[in-house]
Amino acid sequence: MSETPNGRRILIIDDDASLAEMLQLVLRQEGFETTWCASGDTALEVFRSAQFDLVLLDLMLPGLDGVAVCRRIRADSGVPIVMLTAKSDTGDVVDGLEAGADDYIPKPFKPRELVARVWTRLRRPPAESETDMIRVGDVTIDVSAHEVKRGSDPIALTPLEFDLLLALARRPHQVFTREKLLEQVWGYRHAADTRLVNVHIQRLRSKIEQDPERPELVLTVRGIGYKAGGVAGVK
Amino acid sequence: MDQARRLLRAPSRAWWGSLTLRVVGTTLIGTVLVLLLGGWLLQQQAAAGIEKGKVDSSYAEASTALDIFESSLRDSTVQGSATQSINRVAGAAVARGSVGGQYYVLVSLPTSDIRTEKLDPSSVPSSLRQTVEQAINSTDSRLYSSSTLVRYRDGTDSVPGIVVGAVAGSSGLTRYPVYFVFPMSQEQKTLGVVQQALISTGLAVALGMVIIAFWVARAVITPVRSARQSAERLASGQLADRMPVRGTDDLARLAVSMNYMASELQHRIRQLEELSRLQQRFVADVSHELRTPLTTVRLAADVLYEAHDSFPALENRSAVLMRRELDRFEALLADLLEISRFDAGAAELTLDEQDLCELVRTEVDALHALAATRGVELVLILPDSSCDADFDQRRIGRVLRNLLTNAIEHGEGRPVEIEVAANQTAVAVTVRDHGVGFDANDSHNVFERFWRADRARARSLGGTGLGLAIAMEDVRLHGGNLTAWGRPMRGAQFRVTIPRRHGTPIASSPLPLVPRDLPRRRPVAKAIGRAEK
Repeated sequence: MSETPNGRRILIIDDDASLAEMLQLVLRQEGFETTWCASGDTALEVFRSAQFDLVLLDLMLPGLDGVAVCRRIRADSGVPIVMLTAKSDTGDVVDGLEAGADDYIPKPFKPRELVARVWTRLRRPPAESETDMIRVGDVTIDVSAHEVKRGSDPIALTPLEFDLLLALARRPHQVFTREKLLEQVWGYRHAADTRLVNVHIQRLRSKIEQDPERPELVLTVRGIGYKAGGVAGVK
Repeated sequence: MDQARRLLRAPSRAWWGSLTLRVVGTTLIGTVLVLLLGGWLLQQQAAAGIEKGKVDSSYAEASTALDIFESSLRDSTVQGSATQSINRVAGAAVARGSVGGQYYVLVSLPTSDIRTEKLDPSSVPSSLRQTVEQAINSTDSRLYSSSTLVRYRDGTDSVPGIVVGAVAGSSGLTRYPVYFVFPMSQEQKTLGVVQQALISTGLAVALGMVIIAFWVARAVITPVRSARQSAERLASGQLADRMPVRGTDDLARLAVSMNYMASELQHRIRQLEELSRLQQRFVADVSHELRTPLTTVRLAADVLYEAHDSFPALENRSAVLMRRELDRFEALLADLLEISRFDAGAAELTLDEQDLCELVRTEVDALHALAATRGVELVLILPDSSCDADFDQRRIGRVLRNLLTNAIEHGEGRPVEIEVAANQTAVAVTVRDHGVGFDANDSHNVFERFWRADRARARSLGGTGLGLAIAMEDVRLHGGNLTAWGRPMRGAQFRVTIPRRHGTPIASSPLPLVPRDLPRRRPVAKAIGRAEK
């Protein structure tokens, strides 16, 4: 039944044994390698023990809670983190996103949804642009090397933040609605939670802007969405 | 006419409208009555006393004057003619009386009177004259008196007075009636002073009483008023409000009772609030807690379903049914959570100005496929102009989906008509089906949670039984209304009306509550339809 291994490794952090087992069954069927960790306290240890391509994190955990685990993993690494949450309408989601999670899946979900979310975070958007280097203000984006630099100083962005910046920078002067960004960066076809965009724009600004309070690179267009500021293409 | 009546009623309204006015007014009227009675009695007694004193002194004065008169008359009779002597003696008597203006004298002679010049003879009452004149031919020398009005010939105002009359002259000699008139001008002045004193004292007392009454009324009313204000504040939800308690009197006890009532109320309300909050939290918690196991079941069911084609018939069907019912279970859970959000007042409105026609078109298009499986035709009637309004697209979309799905489910394969309209204040959508309908009395029950028109009828389209309850809450959140009309076997019509601008009132709905297509036999239905337009 199982597909051939695709070589990707997923860490599942969830205290519910049945759900964790079911998640593993579904993901393994898709060809992923999975590791299960049942508590927040040991999560970091397990995470550091191997190279993971993605983390599935339940927000409600015994011991160290999901948000704290998320923050600690993010401090170490830019690995994609997808939260599982039963309370999608509460502040928990925003807390998780602000702690560095890339996306969330509200419970209950279908196997297809789970797999689609996971793949969206693992697959890189195709390099559609002929330009390899894009300049946004005083920041340069090296598309093929997945690097962002201010002058010669590299700026550490998570893959999601990189995708978000690239999406804006590739179409300078175009204003992106939150829905458009959700579709391009997160892969949501239909209207989804715009809090994802808001939180991640803030995180991105805090890393690339000189003064996040007065952004110059990622501009807000009131009532519509966002656009890149001061973009110039470089061959 | 009305205005005149209102003006006439104004004093009565003021009287019954103010306790202070009533207390002060009653006290004032009572005080004035008591003062009038007391003053009258006092004045009567004073007047009687003064008059009695005057009469006594008049008698004394008159008898002395009479003695002098008689002795003078006796002496002068010896010396000359009777006429001469009486003239002289009478003149002397008049002159004596004039000293100090104490009394006036009138001596009645057969031909003429000798009297004090300014005295009018009519001041001596004729009844007294008769009495005295009868005594001329006897030896009677008693004094007679009468009260009278003393009149003057020089135009001075007349004053009350006393006339003392007697016959002068000893037996054997000619006897003359002599009258002494005592004006009471001095006594009159004294009485006037007493009256003045009475009036000014009375006024001072009345004013004092009014002030006292006002103070007393205030002392009573202030705590009552503060009790009233406390009660009003309690009613407006300020449960922690209490009345100040001062002293141990009845008013203080009123304050204590009020405060006790307030704290009991506060306690009860807190209890109920807590209970309701717990219940809402419980519903929310249950919906959340069920989610994790449901996710596992969902994943498992879908994995099984993916492979159901390769299963034997029994397992195959089981996998299909399990997945289908899981969808319902999920929908129910989502609706429960939504209801608990409404109950907790945590539902938030995301308003945008949009075209309702556009949304209706989208929702109708999305349901064409479902309608087709039921053989139901969806007929959309849109107005020429757009129907812009402030609304939450997610919520109103959900309301429309709900009404449309209901109509398709209960439409018995007959067409479902959807009409959109707008007026100045509101936009509205009606969804009309020609299916089984429901009893007219159930038009409110349909919005109840888990209500079923026919308990035996199954929900075939996977409705949760909460759809219309949620739709009602969604519309209410917009400040609009959702109404239902139904008749057995004649179908049903649901109407959503929302204000064009959030927070503004709806003057009337642009669409009628009762379907237009009904045969209008009954004037009642017609009247309702027109009133609702």
